[in-house]
Amino acid sequence: MPKVVLSGTAVRRFTGGQTELEVKATTFRRLVLELDQRFPGLGRQVEDGMAIAIDGTIYQDAYNAPLGAESEIYLIPRIAGG
Amino acid sequence: MTFIEKKSKLKVVGTRPIRPDGVEKVTGRAAFGADLAMPGMVFGKVKRSPHAHAKILSIKTEKAQALKGVLAIATTADFPNIPSEEAFVGEGPVNFRDLSRNCMARDKALYDGHAVAAVAATSEAIANAALDLIEVEYQVLPHVIDVEAAMAPDAPLLHDDLFTQGVDPKPTKPSNVAKRVHFELGDVKAGFREAEVLVEGTYATQPVHQAYIEPHACVASWNADGQSHVWTSSQGQFMVRAYCAKLLAMPIANLRVTPAEIGGGFGGKTLVYLEPVALVLSRKAGRPVKMVMSREEEFRGTGPTSGAVVEVKLGAKKDGRITAAQAVLKYQAGAFPGSPIGPGCMTGFAMYDLKNVDITGYDVVSNRPKVAAYRAPGAPIASFAVESAMDELARKLGMDPIALREKNAARDGTKAAYGPTLKDIGYVETLEAAKNHPHYKTKLGPNQGRGVASGFWFNIGGESSAAVHITEDGTVAVVSGNPDIGGSRASLAMMAAEVLGIPVERVRPVVGDTSSIGYSFMTGGSRVTFATGMATVQAAENVVEQLKKRAAMIWEISADAVEWRDGKAYPAGSNAGDFEPLSLEAIAAKSAKTGGPIGSEISINAQGAGPGFGTHICDVEVDKETGYVKILRYTAVQDVGRAIHPSYVEGQVQGGVAQGIGWALNEEYVYDAKGRLENPGFLDYRVPVASDLPMIEAVLVEVPNPKHPFGARGVGEVPIVPPMAAVANAIRDAIGIRMPSLPMSPPKLRAAIDKAAK
Repeated sequence: MPKVVLSGTAVRRFTGGQTELEVKATTFRRLVLELDQRFPGLGRQVEDGMAIAIDGTIYQDAYNAPLGAESEIYLIPRIAGG
Repeated sequence: MTFIEKKSKLKVVGTRPIRPDGVEKVTGRAAFGADLAMPGMVFGKVKRSPHAHAKILSIKTEKAQALKGVLAIATTADFPNIPSEEAFVGEGPVNFRDLSRNCMARDKALYDGHAVAAVAATSEAIANAALDLIEVEYQVLPHVIDVEAAMAPDAPLLHDDLFTQGVDPKPTKPSNVAKRVHFELGDVKAGFREAEVLVEGTYATQPVHQAYIEPHACVASWNADGQSHVWTSSQGQFMVRAYCAKLLAMPIANLRVTPAEIGGGFGGKTLVYLEPVALVLSRKAGRPVKMVMSREEEFRGTGPTSGAVVEVKLGAKKDGRITAAQAVLKYQAGAFPGSPIGPGCMTGFAMYDLKNVDITGYDVVSNRPKVAAYRAPGAPIASFAVESAMDELARKLGMDPIALREKNAARDGTKAAYGPTLKDIGYVETLEAAKNHPHYKTKLGPNQGRGVASGFWFNIGGESSAAVHITEDGTVAVVSGNPDIGGSRASLAMMAAEVLGIPVERVRPVVGDTSSIGYSFMTGGSRVTFATGMATVQAAENVVEQLKKRAAMIWEISADAVEWRDGKAYPAGSNAGDFEPLSLEAIAAKSAKTGGPIGSEISINAQGAGPGFGTHICDVEVDKETGYVKILRYTAVQDVGRAIHPSYVEGQVQGGVAQGIGWALNEEYVYDAKGRLENPGFLDYRVPVASDLPMIEAVLVEVPNPKHPFGARGVGEVPIVPPMAAVANAIRDAIGIRMPSLPMSPPKLRAAIDKAAK
């Protein structure tokens, strides 16, 4: 199962401080749904305020980003620029 | 979409054609935000708070309303009272309640220059006179300007409903600290125990303005049926549409926004200030309303980037290998939460392969204008501290500063301090190029010094739309949804020309309004050449497929039997038939007979923007009597992926360096004891001009980004990240004094020299 790491402390309040989660999800969309089911409010927070880095590539707003069983998956704050 | 790896195969990408918007700009014909005039147009002006912090007890407008020529007055009562709602629709999370209250104060004025009312009148003179007739009764409150003072337990509170996020348990008392963020990797305590050499220091930066030459300007026309149109200079017509619609509770489809040419943005035009006010005034006046900020209003009423205090500690082995890195960053957000503390925390150490890192950040409100984005928001501040500390570490170890960075450099496979593993990056290549550059080997004279610093920025992709249309004579129109602030029209046209196989001069790029092209996220984050470029390439590839089908129809063969090269259709081999090639012009001329107009519009959400790294070398000479620092030579090396139009890329690098040097040496906001800004103009807020600077040499390293069809990375953010530390390190090298606080202006340098002499 893919392992998701929460980078930074911003969303750890939803998980009771847990920083690594094993998930069944195979896409970012399913991850959001699963997180919301397990930790109410976290899915929306992730969807609206975070990006996902999968094997080093950062995706923002990408429901279909695939989560491989062996992928390195980080949830990080969203990034913009000037 | 095909990734074109070999540069030698490219005919347009990588060349330096004349920019498509060049002639109209140098001849003064380009229409900027303030250039639009409409029949019946009137003029809007804003009344601003003279107090840093005050309750608004009453606003009386009767006298102003009675002035002949005054058509409308707006106060907060004319804006919906928006509840707190965060959304990520611009350059960072935006709270619409705060955005609304930043455009027009409600209940309290939170900084000197905060808008409290606005007037529309038949002339600018009458509007200004009317502002003086508006009577605002204030109850002045204690104020706080600087970040650490604002964090103090007894500091005046800006918002009594602001409770620090990110701390557990949730605080029971409000404070000015909006948020605490924390990132950690490995075991920093163990890393420091392992260290043989330690350096630590506290560094401070000042808020600096983006100092775009063109001030904010717009014209708004509210029609009787509620449909409205705004012409504005901004970094995103779709951003202006979304924000105005939200702030005024109007359907998005009722608002059309046309982008003007933009005279600089650098992140400072990623928010709305005037547009919602102009729409309200237009609604009340029944006329189009034009509003243009003065330079004083720009400084007092719009957002600079944060000022900050950053504490850094590094531990290393004697061979230079860093064993632990720790930082605490305190960023001013201005009057409402939302400093770039997150990216600040994530970027400071991102150049290095570190096993043990601990970073804590604080987002702090104070009685200053709400900060706005500025190139690589948050990163230059963090990097000034980290790269100054790296220089101190190199000195303590007796190592060459580039060698220390090489020893610890992030490479493909390095786990960044903020989590993910980096890949396809070119940091080491920038260090190598800097080390081998002739600049690094030249000798220095008395009171001269050399500094090195590096920088990082993520770059982003995002939603982008672009259209490619073949005209009847075979020339090409490219329409995009992004204002061109850094050469995107040129780069988009070049990429379309490359795919179509035609000279770029036959491609004419324009920026569409919100009703003529699909949604595009704003121009910022160095995303347009990457993301909108990707949309353009896909649209051009679609067009090529259509052209092949049309040629196949003319030849009465299968489209699979047609190939496209050098702007012409050819039969794919002898089996396809013996036909003379059909040019794009010839196919365009037959388009009506072969199915109608040829074109394609593509809307995408681009992912995979490759991060960027840069390494800068700066030589300075310090006049010890006056404290004046002269920049003698500056070389900026940057991994740009692949430069689509190298001249524009070099310009981005040079511009970022120039702004960084201003941030380093001169720029600061000066407040009096009452919290009033004392230097709201370019005479007293000193940005570098051409005569202050040497030729800045941009060295482009090309490590292609495999996620982009031509290998492009964003280039506009990275170059402002290293300069402050590069200059500080050069000053340290020249006179042996570490300057930990910006700006390193002559009075501060003189004081430091005097102190060192005692």
